[in-house]
This record gives sequence, C-alpha cells and structure tokens, in this order.
Amino acid sequence: MGMLVVDNITKKYEGEKYALHQISFSIPSEGIFALIGRNGAGKTTLVRILATQLEATSGRASIDGIDVTSDPEKLRSEIACVPQEARTVGWLTPRQFIVSYLLWRGFRYAEAKRRADEAARTLGIHRYMDSTSRKLSGGTRRKVLVAAAVASGARILFLDEPTTGLDPISRGDLWRTLMYLKKKHFIFLTTHYLEEAEKLADKIGILENGKLMALGTLQDLRDKAKFPYSIKILSKMTVKKPKDGVLVKGIDGNYQIATTEKEAYRISTRLIMDGVRFSMNPMNLDDIFYYIVRKPIEEDEYDQEEKW
Amino acid sequence: MNMTKKRNGSEAKSMFSQMSASILVNAVYAMINYPIVLISTLLAPFSFLIVITFVSHGTLAPIAIGGALIMSMISSGTSLQGDLSHLKNDFKLQDMVVSSPTSSRMYLIGMALSEIVYSAPALLVLAILAGIYISASAIGYAEIILVMAIMFIFSISLGFLLSTFTTDVIQSWAFTGIVSTILSALPPVYYPITYIPLPFRYFAYLSPATYAAEIVQSITGLVQFSSQTLAIDWVVIIAVAVAMAILAIKKSRWREI
Ligand SMILES: Nc1ncnc2c1ncn2[C@@H]1O[C@H](COP(=O)(O)OP(=O)(O)O)[C@@H](O)[C@H]1O
Ligand SMILES: [Mg+2]
Repeated sequence: MGMLVVDNITKKYEGEKYALHQISFSIPSEGIFALIGRNGAGKTTLVRILATQLEATSGRASIDGIDVTSDPEKLRSEIACVPQEARTVGWLTPRQFIVSYLLWRGFRYAEAKRRADEAARTLGIHRYMDSTSRKLSGGTRRKVLVAAAVASGARILFLDEPTTGLDPISRGDLWRTLMYLKKKHFIFLTTHYLEEAEKLADKIGILENGKLMALGTLQDLRDKAKFPYSIKILSKMTVKKPKDGVLVKGIDGNYQIATTEKEAYRISTRLIMDGVRFSMNPMNLDDIFYYIVRKPIEEDEYDQEEKW
Repeated sequence: MNMTKKRNGSEAKSMFSQMSASILVNAVYAMINYPIVLISTLLAPFSFLIVITFVSHGTLAPIAIGGALIMSMISSGTSLQGDLSHLKNDFKLQDMVVSSPTSSRMYLIGMALSEIVYSAPALLVLAILAGIYISASAIGYAEIILVMAIMFIFSISLGFLLSTFTTDVIQSWAFTGIVSTILSALPPVYYPITYIPLPFRYFAYLSPATYAAEIVQSITGLVQFSSQTLAIDWVVIIAVAVAMAILAIKKSRWREI
C-alpha cells in the first residue's frame, strides 16, 4: 500500500508569520485522514500544498512515491480536490458542471457524460442534474462538487471542510457517502467538527498554529490524553491541582481536569457541594482536542494550598 | 513508433476536450441557460456606434464600425480578466482545475477563445455592417482582421496578467475600471484623431488602441495618414502585443507561491 509522506513542510506567506511550521508525518494513503484544527490553524494551506496548488516555502512531500514538489504533473492525474469555499458555478446545471470538469481533465464528451451520471447516482443527486444550481440546497451543491471529484476516477480525494455550513441532516448524508467512498479512495479531509473526525477518520491529525500537535488513531489520541475522564469547569474560580490527573487551561480560558474515573466521581461530588458549574464526560475528541491544544497555566493562577 | 502516434492522437483529443471545457463553461452554457445573455452581448458594441453615426449624420459610420470591431477585441481582454478572476476567486474553480491533469495552456487558450464565442453574435452583425459600409479592397479587409487579431492578443494577455494579481472581486473591478478608461475612453476609436484638440491628442497616443484605430480609419479612406505614420502604427501594435504576451507567459503561475 502507498504512503502519504510529509517531510518538514514549512509555509510562510509573504510578510506573514508561519502558516505551517516544520510539519512531518507519514500515514498509509488509504481510508480517511481527518486534519482537525481551528480557523487559521493552517489546514487549507497544507491541503493546497499537497494538492499541488501552492508551493511550500521549504520541505518535501510525496503521495504513493510521487513527489508533490518536483513531479506535480504526474500526481495531478491521481488526485481531485474540492477546495474550501468552492461553489458550483451559478449558470451551470450540475450535469454541465461535472461534465465540464471532466472535459478539463481530458475525458471525451461521451465518457464525461457517462461518468457524471454514474457519480450522480453514487452521491444520490441524479434527480437534480438538470436544474440550475441556484435552485439547489446547500447540501446538494456540496454533493455536486464531491460528485465531480469522484467522477474523475482519481483515487486520492482532497476535501477541504466538506461539511462546514451544512445542516445536521445534510452532514449525516455526506458522512454516509464518504464512508462508502473510502473503500475505494484515500480521502484527505479537513474539518473543525471534532465529531466528524471521530465518526469518519481512520487517522486524525491535530493542527494548531501551523504546528502538528498530535497524529494517530482516535485511540492513540485518547492514550495521549492519558486519562479517561474530562471535567470542564464553567465557573470562574481559583483552580486547585487534582490529586490524580492533570489540570489544563484551554484555549477559551476555561479549565479542564483530565482524570481517572474514580477521581472524576470524587471531584464532581466536591464541585457539586461547592456549587461550581461543570460538565463531566468520558474523554471524547472534543476533550482530547482541548487537552492537546492548551495554554500553559502560570504558577500564580493556582490556589497554592488546596488540592481537590 | 505506432504507440507514440496513438498517444499523440489521444493527447490531441484530450487537449481539445480541455479547451472546449473552458469555452462551454465561460460562453456556451451561459448563452444556452440564460438566453438574455445573447441579447446583452449582441447590444454591447452598438451604443457608441449608434451615437457617433447619428451625431455625424452618418458620415462617420464606417469609422465607427471599424472602431466597434477594434473595441470588441479590446473588451475581450477586460472580460477575460473579470471571468478568470471570478472563476478563480469566487468559485475556487481554478484550484479544482489546477489539482487535475489539465494543461494550464489549454485552460487559458479555451478561456480566451470563449470571449470570442461570447461576442460572436455582435461580431457577426458588425462584420455584415462592415461589408456594407466600409468599401475596402480584399487586402483592406484582411488588414482589419489582422489588426483585430493583434489587439485581441494584446488585450487577452493584459487581462490574463491582471487576473493573476487579483484576489477578490473588488480588486478585479478596480482593474477593469482603470484599464477600460485607458484603453477605450482615451483613444479616438470611433472618430478621427484630428477631432481631438492638440495638447490632448498626445494622451491618446498612450493607448495602443489609437494606433490600431489609425490603421483601420485609413482603410476606410475617410482619414489620410502618411505611410510613415501607418508603418509606425503597425510596429507599435505588434510590439505591444508581443511584449504583453511574453510578459503574460513569463508571469503566469499555475501553482501559487
Ligand atoms: N494567501 C494567503 N496570504 C497570506 N496569509 C494567508 C494566506 N492564506 C492563509 N493565510 C494565513 O495562513 C494561516 C493559515 O490559514 P489557513 O491555512 O487558511 O488555515 P485553516 O484552513 O486552518 O483555517 C492564517 O493565519 C491565514 O491568515
Ligand atoms: Mg481552511
């Protein structure tokens, strides 16, 4: 099986700080890889570099042994990309849009039409193929873009935030399609919905501020967070160190305690008695993300004496 | 040997596909799906033509028709710039195409040709009017077509170049405004340059359209220029078109930096 190898990729836009800083990882090029991170983390920048739209400032990358930097032409027949904020062209019907995209990829007209129909059935949009785009719902339009990518026959699909802005039903719909597509395709997707990565991804990467903070399966990330339970404290209060666990200050300035199940029970009982607002649950990707992308806690923020 | 031949054949066909996609998206499908587009593109070059013809009691009609032909070539470049920016920035379609085995050259040649297809209805009417009102020799007509081709290359190269700098629609509009003022408001394309009072006449020579117009106007026989002036006109438009095309090819980047 092939690999996606990213080797020390750095990107600095002119006059800006680093959008990506020395990113290195390698994963098998199969199934779904989800790159998660907040807005501005650098997801789109990495996708555009790997999909041969943007040159990195330094570093190398290759997919299935094809070098992204030195051999983009070869790679381009293997990939298809739906950019973030890509839109179907308003004056084209979905059929015209997909057929044109396939003609651009060099297919003959008859072949392009056949493939467009086939992809439309896969995505469940064949009923809308001849309506003008402006009559279509946001979810259908997004599917038209994905259908175009699928119809190309490219094995590697880059989908940059494919479900952002969709309602929960359309999102669930697209998720099912992606689960089906991943049997044949390697899908590199970005998202800021942690639930999406949790549901779909075989491997997850966490990007923050241009740096890769963690990479692995959901279980790997759980192990990285070390503790099975998360308590988020919603009240303003001075913080105390837990006996068994880690106290974390999140990017939103709130505090999180990662701890064992037993400690979680004990601490939560105390919090209830103290009238502190909190939420507690087994570590999900949300909590892991919060744990990994955290801020340092200054020594003077602690209540020195007390522990929970 | 046979293999290469076959591959060349299918490569040529795929290049044709790529070019035709640009033409379909940017012209043909728009005209099919929104027939009103046909009417507006048909009318576009006639506003000035009609005004000049009436104001001059018809005497300047041949010059105005020649001018409209030149202007429709120049506006191809402005449209190309707008269309490329639109597809790149608002639809992110160009990014989709870059991550594809599409030849950048075929994409752009197709886009440029789509502007001709788009203005084909107007060009057809203008060509008929030219046949009726401009009495020129076969060589004269050939020269008009050559001037048009040169102005087309100049303006699409400029349009392409500008589109590579735009990142959003407001910038794109600003470029369009500036360029069309310089290229079409300044030069005396629809009337003889002698109508412009002297100190201002020099400004007109800042626009390549002026030189093109002088050639076409002399072909109509209504305005006389020395053969030296005409030679300079040819040299200037060819030089400007070649320079702009080289600049466009040099500056073009399929993959951004
Ligand atoms: N074309 C660009 N020019 C300058 N800075 C950019 C450009 N594109 C993105 N950036 C900056 O790079 C950083 C990463 O952006 P991006 O890759 O779009 O993040 P994400 O997709 O995770 O939201 C941001 O700080 C953004 O402002
Ligand atoms: Mg992004």
